[in-house]
Amino acid sequence: MAGQTQRRKRATHEGFLRHRGFLFLKIGTVLCVGVTAAYLFQDQRLPRGGGTLLGYGLGTAGALLIVWLALLGVRKRAVTNGYYSLKAWVSAHVYLGLALIVIGTLHTGFHFGWNVHTLAYGLMMLVITSGAVGVWAYATLPKTLSDNRAEATRKQMLARIRSLDEALLDAAQPLPRIDAEIVRLSLEKTEIAGGYWQRVMQNWDNCANKAAIAQLQPVLAGATGQQAAVLRRVDALMRDKADALAQARKQIHITALLEGWLFVHVPSTFALLAALVAHIVSVFLYW
Amino acid sequence: MSELFRIAIVGSGPSGLSAAAHAATKGISHILLEKTDHLSDTIFRYQKGKHVMATPSLLVLRSDCEFGPARRETVLERWNADAARAGVNVRYNAEARSIAGARGDFTIALANGDTVRAETVVLAIGTQGNPNLLRCEGASLPHVQYQLDDPAEYIDEHIFVLGGGDAGIENALGLIADQAQGNIVTLVDRSADFARAKEANVKALFAARDAGRMTILSETNTTLVEPGWITLETPQGAVRHKCDRIIARMGSAAPRAFVEAAGVRFTSEARSAFPQLTGAFEGTTPGVYVIGALAGYPLIKHCMNQGHDVVEYIAGRTDLKPADEPILEAKLKDLPGALSVSEWLEFLRSRVEILHGLSPLQMREFLLDSEVKAFRAGELIFERNGVGTSLFGIAQGAVQVEIDPKDSKVTVPIPQGSIFGEVGLISGRRRGATVRAGEDCVVVEIPRTATLKLMAQVNEARETVERVTTERQILQIFKSGLTPADLAEVLPLAKTLEIKAGQPIMTEGEEGDDLFIIRSGSMVVEKSVGGKQVFLSYVPAGSYSGEMALLDGGRRTATVKAAIRSQVVRLPGEPFRRLLAKKPALLARMREDVASRRKINAFLEEKKDSFGGVVDMYSSVASFLIDQGIGEATDVLLIDETLCVGCDNCEKACADSHEGLSRLNREAGKTYAKIHVPTSCRHCEHPYCMTDCPPNAIQRGPDGEVFISDACIGCGACQRNCPYDVIQMDRPPPAKPGLLAWMLFGMGPGPGEPDAAWRDKKAKAQPERAKVAIKCDMCIGKAGGPACVRACPTGAAIRVSPEEFLSVALLERGQG
Repeated sequence: MAGQTQRRKRATHEGFLRHRGFLFLKIGTVLCVGVTAAYLFQDQRLPRGGGTLLGYGLGTAGALLIVWLALLGVRKRAVTNGYYSLKAWVSAHVYLGLALIVIGTLHTGFHFGWNVHTLAYGLMMLVITSGAVGVWAYATLPKTLSDNRAEATRKQMLARIRSLDEALLDAAQPLPRIDAEIVRLSLEKTEIAGGYWQRVMQNWDNCANKAAIAQLQPVLAGATGQQAAVLRRVDALMRDKADALAQARKQIHITALLEGWLFVHVPSTFALLAALVAHIVSVFLYW
Repeated sequence: MSELFRIAIVGSGPSGLSAAAHAATKGISHILLEKTDHLSDTIFRYQKGKHVMATPSLLVLRSDCEFGPARRETVLERWNADAARAGVNVRYNAEARSIAGARGDFTIALANGDTVRAETVVLAIGTQGNPNLLRCEGASLPHVQYQLDDPAEYIDEHIFVLGGGDAGIENALGLIADQAQGNIVTLVDRSADFARAKEANVKALFAARDAGRMTILSETNTTLVEPGWITLETPQGAVRHKCDRIIARMGSAAPRAFVEAAGVRFTSEARSAFPQLTGAFEGTTPGVYVIGALAGYPLIKHCMNQGHDVVEYIAGRTDLKPADEPILEAKLKDLPGALSVSEWLEFLRSRVEILHGLSPLQMREFLLDSEVKAFRAGELIFERNGVGTSLFGIAQGAVQVEIDPKDSKVTVPIPQGSIFGEVGLISGRRRGATVRAGEDCVVVEIPRTATLKLMAQVNEARETVERVTTERQILQIFKSGLTPADLAEVLPLAKTLEIKAGQPIMTEGEEGDDLFIIRSGSMVVEKSVGGKQVFLSYVPAGSYSGEMALLDGGRRTATVKAAIRSQVVRLPGEPFRRLLAKKPALLARMREDVASRRKINAFLEEKKDSFGGVVDMYSSVASFLIDQGIGEATDVLLIDETLCVGCDNCEKACADSHEGLSRLNREAGKTYAKIHVPTSCRHCEHPYCMTDCPPNAIQRGPDGEVFISDACIGCGACQRNCPYDVIQMDRPPPAKPGLLAWMLFGMGPGPGEPDAAWRDKKAKAQPERAKVAIKCDMCIGKAGGPACVRACPTGAAIRVSPEEFLSVALLERGQG
């Protein structure tokens, strides 16, 4: 039909690691094998390191690769109209990033010291290591994330906690002040998320709702008649709230793990870029 | 005897008010009857501050009342002022109950017992109808109301909401939204479940009940209303409750019965039919005129023009050219032949078979929606696999249909007067063949919605389209050199059947040799393997089923049932077998199809022991997806939750490629076996959203995308009609600073949908934009395709069409 656009619409159902039959794993492997062979078979009489012809070659390739790998951060956010696949970029980012270990290490010729050059190398390894943690997280955590949420959205999880709070407030109306204090503890002092470490370590021992449930038990045991009925409802609601909190917190925990490695990966990338500039400038300055 | 007016106008909406204003300006004696105590109740009930749009912008306004795009309040103020200035004789709280008499002396009986006499009657009552009234003793007491304007108005009351539809549930939820109001709310419904209401509303309702904030009484009727009390008949017996207010939301009765009682006939029994009218809006009862939405014109500007025109006609004017004349002129000016608009209308009407039954007025409106195109001999009209749902009528010349994809020389001609393109119209699928002009020709292209309207209005048009469709569909499916003459024996025995979702058209093990053609909707094929129902394949519209038993005799080897509401054509086996005997090419072709289906069956049989788990999984995933409406989708976004890291880059990319609003909610929606169906448009075969779009703003694009154009007036009808909740009403946020400005200098809110605070702050500096309907347009016109998929870092987001996703190929891949 006239006006029909030619578009690539369908992405194949393949994850970023398996993208196009492990294309970038293959490219990365060939690259590593190639440079290792070149390193092993270069003239044995020459000194090893960044100063040789091969060293310059590896250094240039490595530096360009680092800059290109860092540009993923821009690619991810720039939604342009033409065809591109972020998945392909990520796949290349992972495998070529790993290949950088070999390229970078051979570039050093195994000369290390307390200087800006080794700093750049160290930062590079830190970036790659944190990236590897990221790959592990991306490959394993989504399943748990999906299982835990069981179709509930974040908003719904929070709404469930809120509606349980409303029900608690309603249910607590007939209680005397002293018992109502326990409910207030759960209502006012419960923190859902907490700080980053708390999210990662899943340390919720000081949860106010948990404390409130504990405080309620002796009161519940001693109560009779109408008041016992009210307290039982309060107890049931607080336990429901504990379940809802557990689900929301687990979601927050997994999300924290999924993005936690980025807190190392991204800043160390910037540090690496700075160190890389220092390394290159100093090399050419003291040539 | 009371005064005899020249014109009585019933209803003071845009068309009625405009008619009254024009009558007043011309000094014609008139009366405007309005059932409420204010003018234009429909606009009056719009939400406060709503932006009212004035489309189509090309249409000139011809009215004594002013109108342009503005806020609801401004529009109403202007109209009130215009009515007062013109000296409109309006009578409020005057609900017309019946119309009797004939031209020259009609008597309109009002609800309060009064009567009004007039020589002519103009019905401008819209399509909303009157609410169904509570029918029990005490129903007319003042605390019974049929509308809830502001739930915040009532405090500390015992309120009973009657009716478990969306309106009732939403009212009840509104009344308890703020607990501080202290209302005690009870929802009463006649039925046991809330089948008519949206799922989300029912959920919210039960949540409110479980939280003890509302009482629900189902299977309950109201038997008595007394001041301060209500008596209900529950399954447990009669109960009497304290009650300060009753809000009855029990649906409304369409105004059709009222109009028919006045002697005006409708074009057909179909629900979507309109009254039969002349070019001057006169119905089948002389002297009774119908204008506005009830006459089939849902847009305010059309309505106002008709109000003006109808008064001119009644006053005896005959040479009035309709306001849409310039639009039609513009449409037709580039065509050969230098005909005038009315000559064109007559040319098309007399030459195209399906248009024969149209009146000049209907022709005009029809042409506003349609396009007339001229093609030179050999020129392409549309191509195989192109997307298009319009129907073409040939007014002059003939076209050639290339029926063989491999050889463009094999063609079938379609002569002048006939139609083509009808298969896309019925099934919503891609075009099945390429069509070229056989000689120089003039065709009229009719969009799907206009065709459906035409079929509802004119019986002959419907019959013609259906007959031609069945014949062509059979020819197209079987190809093999069949001609219409070959079908002469089979066709009269063909029967079109409506199949409900889940209903089988054949059952495994059953006798039967009929052949079924799926005309619209889709089917799933299931087979019992090792005691379990296994999903075999998905049969989209435009395919056939049942050929195995037809060819080889014996019992059905699989069960075929409807995935969604579908239409099938049943061809009896015996005459079809005779046809096969005469046509060896057709027989060979069917044998081929049977062989490939046998292979799938054998494959499953062979795998059922070793891969029982895989087959099971595949089968249950397929059923889940069918339940999620994938059966009627053409292209749907799925998320593989084993890969999704929850970064929401899909949503951000969506927002950034569409004026800052995401049309996708990744987290929401159902999940099964880690396949998640997010809340996002499925681009249905027959989009529900398209069924009722007053400005016809929802269209299908060249790649099959269902999108909403700039013509949207923000009425929200599509949002209400969408069963998948994928349409939102929103106003696009202000433009953001660029990506680099954000990355380097932290300017603006960054990628994705900006937060509410930023939007509010920025919006103050800019003129307010109206809320419009927003939905996925599959990134129409963007060379790279849907941004959500391109921007997914892990490959979790995929877009699929059901045919490719729901096939055994998936199963085979699943093992790899």
